[in-house]
Amino acid sequence: MSTWAIIGLFEAVLAILIAPLFIGWIDQCRAWLQNRRGAGMLQPYRTIRKLLHKDAVIAHGASSLFRVSPYVQFGAMAMAAAIIPVFSVRAPLGVAADTIALVGVFALARVFIALAAMDIGTAFGSLGARREMLVGFLAEPALLMVFLTASMISQSTLLPTIADVLGQIHFTIFPSLAFAGIAFVMVLLAENARIPIDNPTTHLELTMIHEAMVLEYSARHLALIEWSSALKLFNYATIGIALFLPWGLAGRTGGALELALALPIAALKLVILGAALALVETLSAKLRIFRAPEFLATAFLLAVLGLLVHLLLGS
Amino acid sequence: MALTPLSLVLGVAIAWLAIGAAGLLRPHDIRFAGRALFGLGAVAALLLLAAGIWSLGQPVQAWVLPLGLPDLPLHVRLDPLASFFLALIGATAAGISVYSAGYFRAGEGALPGLLCLQYHVFLASMTMVVLADDAYTFMVAWETMALASYFLVTTQHRVPEIRKAGFLYLLLAHVGAIGILLCFGVLQGGSWQFTFDAMRAATLPPTWASIAFGLALFGFGAKAGLVPLHVWLPEAHPAAPSPVSALMSGVMLKTAIYGIVRVSFDLLHTPLWWWGAVALALGAFTAVFGAVFAAVQTDMKRLLAYSSIENIGVIVTGLGLAMLFRGLKMNALAALSLSAALYHCINHAQFKSLLFLCTGSVLHATGQRNLGKLGGLIHRMPWVAWLALVGTLAMAGLPPLNGFVSEWLLLQAYLFTPGLPHTIVNMLVPLGAAAFALTVALSAYVMVKFYGVIFLGRAREAILTQAHDAGWLERIGLAWLALGCVALGMAPVAVLDALDTINRSLIGTGIGAQTQNWWLLTPVDAQRASYSPLVFAAGMAIAIAITYLVVRRLYHGRVRRSDPWDCGFPAQTPRMQDTAEGFGQPIRHVFGPFFRIERELPTPFDKEPRYALRLGDRWWDWLYLPIARSVQETARVVGYLQQGRIALYLFYSFATLLTLLAFAL
Repeated sequence: MSTWAIIGLFEAVLAILIAPLFIGWIDQCRAWLQNRRGAGMLQPYRTIRKLLHKDAVIAHGASSLFRVSPYVQFGAMAMAAAIIPVFSVRAPLGVAADTIALVGVFALARVFIALAAMDIGTAFGSLGARREMLVGFLAEPALLMVFLTASMISQSTLLPTIADVLGQIHFTIFPSLAFAGIAFVMVLLAENARIPIDNPTTHLELTMIHEAMVLEYSARHLALIEWSSALKLFNYATIGIALFLPWGLAGRTGGALELALALPIAALKLVILGAALALVETLSAKLRIFRAPEFLATAFLLAVLGLLVHLLLGS
Repeated sequence: MALTPLSLVLGVAIAWLAIGAAGLLRPHDIRFAGRALFGLGAVAALLLLAAGIWSLGQPVQAWVLPLGLPDLPLHVRLDPLASFFLALIGATAAGISVYSAGYFRAGEGALPGLLCLQYHVFLASMTMVVLADDAYTFMVAWETMALASYFLVTTQHRVPEIRKAGFLYLLLAHVGAIGILLCFGVLQGGSWQFTFDAMRAATLPPTWASIAFGLALFGFGAKAGLVPLHVWLPEAHPAAPSPVSALMSGVMLKTAIYGIVRVSFDLLHTPLWWWGAVALALGAFTAVFGAVFAAVQTDMKRLLAYSSIENIGVIVTGLGLAMLFRGLKMNALAALSLSAALYHCINHAQFKSLLFLCTGSVLHATGQRNLGKLGGLIHRMPWVAWLALVGTLAMAGLPPLNGFVSEWLLLQAYLFTPGLPHTIVNMLVPLGAAAFALTVALSAYVMVKFYGVIFLGRAREAILTQAHDAGWLERIGLAWLALGCVALGMAPVAVLDALDTINRSLIGTGIGAQTQNWWLLTPVDAQRASYSPLVFAAGMAIAIAITYLVVRRLYHGRVRRSDPWDCGFPAQTPRMQDTAEGFGQPIRHVFGPFFRIERELPTPFDKEPRYALRLGDRWWDWLYLPIARSVQETARVVGYLQQGRIALYLFYSFATLLTLLAFAL
């Protein structure tokens, strides 16, 4: 039992530590696809280190909510990392919080960042907050519906159990999960401020969503926000793996060998997933902001459709 | 007389009436009627809370009081359901009364003494509604409640809009009361006995039972604010003083929920499954409707009123699920759904009262209800702002606060729906879950707007920089309700244990399974779902603390203050922040067909360009205005008879006489 707890804790810490690497990998793949050399996979770490060393510049009108918010962001994402299995299904807090609570954690982070964006009272800050909430109010129910579909199949809302159950059903394709999978990818792109909803590398304020919210942040606060954004993307990737590619995760009953194998398998999946994400982002163009609700409504409808398919066809 | 829960509850009701009457002794004295008596009222409310909790585990107690008309004594009964709602009234009213003691000022609308009387009669009547065990007592208490709240809504009766809002409220309250009265008429089932015992004993054929349920849903729905009977809420809540809004939204709406539960689970024994489907559909629609409208409001109390409609919708979907499962004999799931709905009742009572009281403090400090003229109050009113943040997060359904727990439970109820025997229900349940998920996400949107526009950013008006924080009595009231939000979020196992006594008395089965672990909530079984707010909160706190320490110790805590960056734009004014209209604009865009939108657009040649946007509720066009027009038309036609000439009236009499004679022959 205690070894499992240690492995679980190691899993969460590992997720926190390698999350920037995942972003670095995606950026590197994108650079390759766009015929650029790229800054290397370790660039996110360098950025975070640079930011941590700087003096924080805070606007005069900022309240303490503004300064608390980055820590809440990071805490929430670390919490999520402790709920989601990375390479073994023994996530340390997987029992204390299930998939619905996971959606709640993401919502908590979103609400705090949006409030912090409104705190200083700049035009771009509140614009970003409004847009973020617009994306959120459609993406969150879609994510919830994806989780509900997976929960109905596995008869549990606990993510480790879902991954365990789905991992043991070898090579059965559920039509409902196919719908849910497409919806999930769409939610992943929208929630992590990726193309086609938002452009993480944009410098044009009027098109920003996530970046507009954090314009006023600097130094350690910005470092934490960058890191938690990276961790959020990593968390979504591991959720995707747990739900749709659970094969190879170390199960509840597996021994040391399974565990030893699980780590490289998980790494391989993340590498492929990151490359695929980079490909999707390179091939698509950013949508106008008011096309975003249509995109997300499609995701929501697909997720509901998945649930209906499961309930009506029983598969 | 021995001290039993029932005698304690009756004592509290009498005490409230006495406190109210005492207010008339010195009606002009704000210190006596506005401060001391409201403080006493809060103590009584705490006693009611204690009595409610005490009696949850006690056997049912019923009394016949030697009061009322000859041969019509008052019947009262205290069962677990009533105890729960009494505890809800007590817990919420305690906070609101303490707050009110610091809130009411002399010279605002009605006299303090009169206000004290109306307020405490209102509280006592709500207690009696829950206690009542026969239709007469119930209706008398119900109507007293409606009248007392009407007078409270129209406290500032010199303002024409407030009088109008009060009248609308009174009208819909009475239309609803007719429904309830007719419902009791059906429920007695030919025995002509109007005690609830007789109604429980009567066996109604399914058609009549369905009619009774429909009437109850209509009657109580008018009070609760189910669409399309919701129109009074957004008018009455902004009109009423904030503690009254808090009481009406937090507590009075719940008495309507109590009524629905009492009629459909207790008086009608077992609901039919399709009632549940109807309630589920109606509740889901109400919830989405309320959330969408809340997102586009510009008046802070109107926003909260629409959000109350949303929450009532959520509660009714829970009740609908419970009826559905109960009708299909899935008692464990019915128990889970009913618990989720009742849990949401008390959660909503706490956070909505808290938020309404916060708007009261903001209103007193700034004189503004319009979100477009507020902003930046976190600097001037830190107490109110931070306590409001608790309510905001709770209402947005975020863990580990209380709003999340009931949301979680309700989703569990949706989730573990095994193959239901009817295809239409099989379709309806996931659609209900989708609507519910959308509602929860929208309520987060609404709450970010509410909190961000009022408390964050920069002051939009110069006068806001003189705003003052709430007084200490107000702070205690707010803190009590915020504490309730936290406690209900942290101790779900204890609350569910208490709610299980209701399940056992109404449905026959409890959820049961969650008693194994005091810290881990496992409503179905541990393999299926579990949630532990304590571990969750501890995990978050530890993660945040470690991050804070690592970042601050390893690097440095240096901070420089400067002007906001905002991409280098130098001429920033507070007017450039998003207004409430701006923040609601995406919702207006996405949910366009929900609204009746009137725009007034300036042309390029206007000397003084003016832009105006008015959002209307289409139900006025669809339902209320046609009814009003047809009533007027009928009145006009009938008016032809009334020509005011004596000869004509004599002719009417003559014609009537002739007709009667013709029949007589």
